[in-house]
Amino acid sequence: MSQTSTPARRRPTFSWLGVVPFLLFTIAFLILPIFFLVVGSFQDSQGNPTLQNYLDLTTEQPATAYKNSIQLSLITAVIGGIFGFLIAVAVILGRLPRAIRSAVMTFSGVASNFAGVPLALAFVFTVGQLGLVTKLLADVFGYHLWRDDFFGGSFSLYSMLGLVLVYLYFQFPLMVLIVAPAIDGLRKEWREAAENMGASSFQYWRHVALPILLPSLLGSMILLFGNAFGAQATAYQLTSGTINIVPLVISAQIRGDVLHNPNLGYALAMGMVLIMAVVILIYGLLQRRSERWLRA
Amino acid sequence: MSRFGAWWAWAIFIIAALYMLVPLVATFQFSLQQNPTGEAYRYIFNDVKFFAGLGYSFLVAVITIVISLLIIVPTAYWVRLKLPRLRPFIEFMTLLPFVVPPIILVFGLIRSYGRPPLAITSLPHGSDVVLIGAYVVLSFPYMYRAVDAGLASLDVRSLTEAAQSMGSGWPRILLRVIFPNLRVAILSGAFLTLAIVVGEFTIASYLAPWSFAPYLSQLGVFKAWSAAAVSIISFMLTWAAMGILILASRGSAGRVQIAGAR
Repeated sequence: MSQTSTPARRRPTFSWLGVVPFLLFTIAFLILPIFFLVVGSFQDSQGNPTLQNYLDLTTEQPATAYKNSIQLSLITAVIGGIFGFLIAVAVILGRLPRAIRSAVMTFSGVASNFAGVPLALAFVFTVGQLGLVTKLLADVFGYHLWRDDFFGGSFSLYSMLGLVLVYLYFQFPLMVLIVAPAIDGLRKEWREAAENMGASSFQYWRHVALPILLPSLLGSMILLFGNAFGAQATAYQLTSGTINIVPLVISAQIRGDVLHNPNLGYALAMGMVLIMAVVILIYGLLQRRSERWLRA
Repeated sequence: MSRFGAWWAWAIFIIAALYMLVPLVATFQFSLQQNPTGEAYRYIFNDVKFFAGLGYSFLVAVITIVISLLIIVPTAYWVRLKLPRLRPFIEFMTLLPFVVPPIILVFGLIRSYGRPPLAITSLPHGSDVVLIGAYVVLSFPYMYRAVDAGLASLDVRSLTEAAQSMGSGWPRILLRVIFPNLRVAILSGAFLTLAIVVGEFTIASYLAPWSFAPYLSQLGVFKAWSAAAVSIISFMLTWAAMGILILASRGSAGRVQIAGAR
């Protein structure tokens, strides 16, 4: 940055120098590392250009990893999205005491940041074999969660179902946080207008509120999808890295080439980046659409 | 809304509260189960590795915050004042860390800086440098948003011209005029970074296995009671950071900050 007090306006050709430190940092610690992955993903083991790595993503292990990851993210995004939305509606429009509203918003801010290792541990202490809820179920109802029949199968926390349970813990509060401004933006006049025309509460939600909220609801769920899709720490801690989802395959790949092909690992990583890019893009588009009606 | 409305609202609220609170209660209860009561905590407070890990992560967080602020505040200020046409581009760049999950970022970092010709991680403190660099980049999205929102509430141009007319140079304008006026924005960005960096596991487990989250992860394997105790401590630290954040931003235009996946 210029050391003199002369406004840079007089030397416009140099004013872009002000953003150089920012760009250098982003290039060194984000762009360049990703660039190396991109290049590697288009090379074979001898360094020749190839598309084979991307074709190999359709082989069994990578394809299953993607399928599992997408499934996990989709399920937690939809359940977390719907329930998070209901919580936000309850807190904002349900006439609960004001203190509850601010407590829920504050707690959501904290809980959406309480992911990773301690969260996975907390669920082990809750519904693990020695967990509090597991023991309560056994002592009070004589039901042994891990041993007895569980919806026709057997329960394990270290499974896909377990991951869904744990991921929801940060998905609900995130949904509450991102959807609350949209619900706040619903104007009282719209409801009054609907009522004046004889609409029932159901009709108001079906024909007025939900259509207005839809882009923002979908956008929030898309963001939840990305949030679950990119998460690694929680799943790693809970399953010791044994479940076949993309982030865990990549962590194993970094430790020791489990795919027996470093370049396939790079392609696997790029696939994840691509999906995240699509997620952010759709989120941006929906966000723009929802701003048409809702200005907070 | 009818009185019935409040009834369903209570029901949803109570279910949600149970789901969110039971794991915390269970963790706390578990941490007290070791005999004698409090042993799990006694072990932690006598464990050198606990303080080393927490201290290291805290130091890394503070350095990350300082570097991130030194880069973002001048950049956001400069873009607002001189380069408004670059705004969409800078905003796009600060979105990139959302597109690249931490597991991919650390993969790329190890691929680029873990082997020749750029084998930084094998230099003394090399992996610390790469770790902090990664955290700085990860902090850009919310740091930039916080600071940019702060700048939006100031009249940057008038402040700058006033300072210039009294003979201030750029470093002085930034340090004496812009930084102090952005206190709230800076605090909120800083405490979010603190909460995230201290608890970050994915990148730390490769570049700094001795830091706080990897330490807790290992503790979970061989000392479950103490791991419960540390989880509770970690949750309280997150609460403290977020609490200060909320107190600091009270009254100003609050904006939801989303940190991304873990």
